[in-house]
Order: sequence, then C-alpha cells, then structure tokens
Amino acid sequence: MTGNAAFKDRTAIAGIGQTDFAKGLPETELQLACMAIRTALDDAGVDASEVDALGCFTQETTPEFEIARNLGFGELHYFSQVAHGGGAICGAIGQVAMAIALGIAKVGVVWRSRKRGDPSKRQWAGVQPRIEDHWKWSRPHGLSRPVDEVAIMMQRYMHDHGATREDLAAVALTQRAYANSNPDALMREKLVDMAAYMDARMIADPLCLFDNCLESDGAIAIVITSADHARDLRKPPVLIHAFSQGMTREHQLMTDYHGADPFRSSSGATADNLWRQSDIRPADIDVAQIYDAFSPLVLFSLENYGLCGRGEAAAFVAGGGMGPGGALPVNTSGGSLSEVYLHGANLVTEGVRQLRGMAANQVEGVETCLVSTCDSTPNGALVLRR
Amino acid sequence: MIETIPLPTTDDPVDHAFWQGCLDSQLLIQSCNDCGHVQHPPRAMCPMCQSMELGWNRASGMGTIWSYTIPHAPLLPAFAEIAPYIVAVIMPDDFPGLRIVGALADPGGNSIGGIDPGTVAIGMSVRLTFVQLVDDVALPCWFPAEAGITWEKEKQQ
Repeated sequence: MTGNAAFKDRTAIAGIGQTDFAKGLPETELQLACMAIRTALDDAGVDASEVDALGCFTQETTPEFEIARNLGFGELHYFSQVAHGGGAICGAIGQVAMAIALGIAKVGVVWRSRKRGDPSKRQWAGVQPRIEDHWKWSRPHGLSRPVDEVAIMMQRYMHDHGATREDLAAVALTQRAYANSNPDALMREKLVDMAAYMDARMIADPLCLFDNCLESDGAIAIVITSADHARDLRKPPVLIHAFSQGMTREHQLMTDYHGADPFRSSSGATADNLWRQSDIRPADIDVAQIYDAFSPLVLFSLENYGLCGRGEAAAFVAGGGMGPGGALPVNTSGGSLSEVYLHGANLVTEGVRQLRGMAANQVEGVETCLVSTCDSTPNGALVLRR
Repeated sequence: MIETIPLPTTDDPVDHAFWQGCLDSQLLIQSCNDCGHVQHPPRAMCPMCQSMELGWNRASGMGTIWSYTIPHAPLLPAFAEIAPYIVAVIMPDDFPGLRIVGALADPGGNSIGGIDPGTVAIGMSVRLTFVQLVDDVALPCWFPAEAGITWEKEKQQ
C-alpha cells in the first residue's frame, strides 16, 4: 500500500465554471465571481443551498459572506484563504478537499475573480516610498517587478545549462499555438512565430513581451465534493489523488536567491511531499498544467516536479516535448501566457477538461494530470485523475 | 505611482546597523555571535541555533556576478529615467555561499546605471560602491572591476 490513504481519491472536482475572458469586462469582480460560481454549480448539478465550504485567495477582493449571500449558499462550515497569489490555487482547492475528506464539510466552492486588464492595477506600480518587508533588499536597486525577479533566475539558468532564448521561446510559442485553437482563449486569433518572438521588445533581459502573462479580466470557479457524492452528479468526477503545499527552508518570496540552491525552489518541497503521497509517479503523468506567469517558471517547475532532469527542460520544450503529440503536453489551453491570467485558476479547469475528455486541444487517453502553482513563491500542487 | 526610487526603512532594529554601515561606506554581513552562522538578508534570529545575539562582519567589497537582468519599460518613473540599467545578484568573494542583490553603478557612486549592458556577464568581478539616495540611505552597489569597461550609458534601440 502506497500513498496517503486518508486523502487520496476521497474527493473530486465535480464542476467548473468560468466567465468570458477579456482585456476589459463591464461587470464588477463580485458579479464575475457570482457568474462563474453559478456556472460551476450548474455544471456539477449541485444546488447552491448544498454548498457549505469555501476556499479563496487572500488577494481575493470578493468576501466569503458576499459570495455566500449572493449565491444563496447553505450555512458554511469551513472557509479558508491561501496567500501568495500565483502560489495559491492548489492550496485553496487542497484545503477544501481536506475538510471534505475529513467529514467537516460536504460541498466546497473555490473561486478567483480578477480584473487586471487595466495596467493601473499592476501590483508593482503601487509600491510605497518606504519598504519595510523583505523587498527592501531588492526593489531600491531597481529589481522592482516580478518579471525582473524571474529574469535573474533565467539568466543564470541559461549560463548554467547553455539554454538560449530560442529554447525558451518554445514555451510561449507552444502555448500560443494551443490558444489559437481554444475558442475561450484571449489570444485565439493572435499568431506568434519565432521571428516575432525574437523581435519582440525586451521587458527584463532575457525576457521579452511574450514571456509575460496576459493582463486580463475574468473569473473561474471550481466545485469540490466527496468522490462518492461526485459519482451521483452530472459530470464524471475528476478525482483529487494527491495534494501538497510547499515552502523550502530558506524561501524568500519571489526574490528566492539566498538558499544553498536557488533552483531547488518551493516547487521541490511541494513535489517531494506530493509524490510521497501519490500512487501515480512523475513518469505516469499524461498532461501537465504548469504555472506560467512567466515562461521560465515552466522550465523550473518541470525540473522540480521530476518531469525533466535538472537542466534538461529547455531542450525538452525546444524539442517539442510540451506540444501536441509531445512526450508531455503542457498548458494545453494556452495557459496564463495566452488563454487568460487568473492566478493559475485556468490551469485547474483545463486539467479537469482534459480528464473529462472535452478539452479544445484534447490529449488522447488522458488518465492523469499534474497542476502546479508559482515556482517563485510558497506554492502547492495537485495530482488529478479520472 | 511614486516618482522617487522606493527606499528601505532604516529604523528596524534587525537591520538598522546594516544601513548605518552603508552610511559609513561599509557592507556589513550579519553573523551569529553564538554559532558563527552568516546570513543575508539580516534576520531577527539565527536559524541554526535560534540565538538572537547577532553581530556584523565587514565584507571586503570584492564580489562576483551570480546573475543579472536589464529592466526595460514599463517601469517606475525613477527607474524609467535610468533604463536600461543592470541589477545583479552578487556573491561577495569573502562570504562563500552568500548572495546579495545590487544595482551596478559608476565607480564614484553618483547613480545607478551608466554601464553599457553589453559589457556585463555572469562571473565578472565587481567592486563595492555606495550610492547616497537620501540622508539615511546609501545603497550598496557594484561596478565592474575589470579594465575596458565603458561608463557612458548607451541606450539600447
């Protein structure tokens, strides 16, 4: 007997919902959240009055009580919030799943609603004149945006492993090609080729425009319940097989340069504990949804989760490994770079669609999916299966 | 959006001595008085022995570039003015295993920037300088120690 018997396969994702994705939507974040959750409940075939657990981000602006009283939920018995933005979605889902697996709650909703299409909403632009927290050690030097912080790591990765910008381009170009055949993707009609990538303006050398996620509006919701309950509902259940959060001993949020090995990120801590609990091995993963606010995070995560050897991810993606028909299709909806940027919530819904066999870029015979979160922050991951 | 370079607070008891050292043109690395563990950035406690008796060692001011980036627009106004500039992660030569974020500046410490990005590489030797930003903040920055570096800023097209 392997794995974590108390948790594995005891809960399932029973429903998913989303709004339109756009640069600018007229609805408020609360309205978008309500619309996405209503759609997810309908997808599952669950009545709103059955919902008694909620999970969201600390950065979510729509409060639990507003969500509950707008949608007409029952009395709530569990609600939790997870910090660190792009690192949070799998933690939010995993914590609600734990509450359901332990019998504390019966039906949970996790949601993310965000209007980031307006450039004035960029978090880095809101920095104050004096910095008290750990960012005092980097921002005064001009390392002021998340893209700068990730660029430092990519520059070193290229130096260590001989990777090139052409190798890295495969992440953005592969995901754009997936988005071009995903009718829900923001970039469904925008083609990008290698020449356009190499000519694009630099944002933080060696990262160019196409290495950055989209700035977009939208909301996504996910319904979680027990595996037994899910089998009686409208859609085939997607089982939550394994879950962990992770943070390394020396972790420093985003500017994680000070540990003994900066490339053994918090994804490494998550991965070790995830695979410890899982009957499914890295080599058994059929499709992966890897957090991609910036394209290098896909390379770093592939290696930390054991899906590629150390230093081998750049050659893997450049050789077509993450594309259609590749050894491991990755971010098959277009991901944060080309579908929508909702702090990775769209990676979860794409994992569910793949396991239901109804994705726009369906990978044949998918039985297992890894969903990860931000490599540069405290994070988490899920192993999902049919 | 702020118009000035964002500054560190300098009155936190954990790192006040670090910023005071910078005003005296000294780069101070925190070390544990009980077990000798060294660390940067400074912390309230030694993670090896949980001691709060923490002191300081002066770094020689020689270092090596571990990595770097060159930020381009869109940037805060104060950084847009000097872009493209180089911000690096430096390994101080006399503290193996330690890394510290530092902008590259001119040798006189007049301002961040002013270095042709094409002349900088990982593994390059750098020397410490301090850029005085306001009364209580002198930012520890670095400049290439090798000959043949040009100081005129060359804007990338």
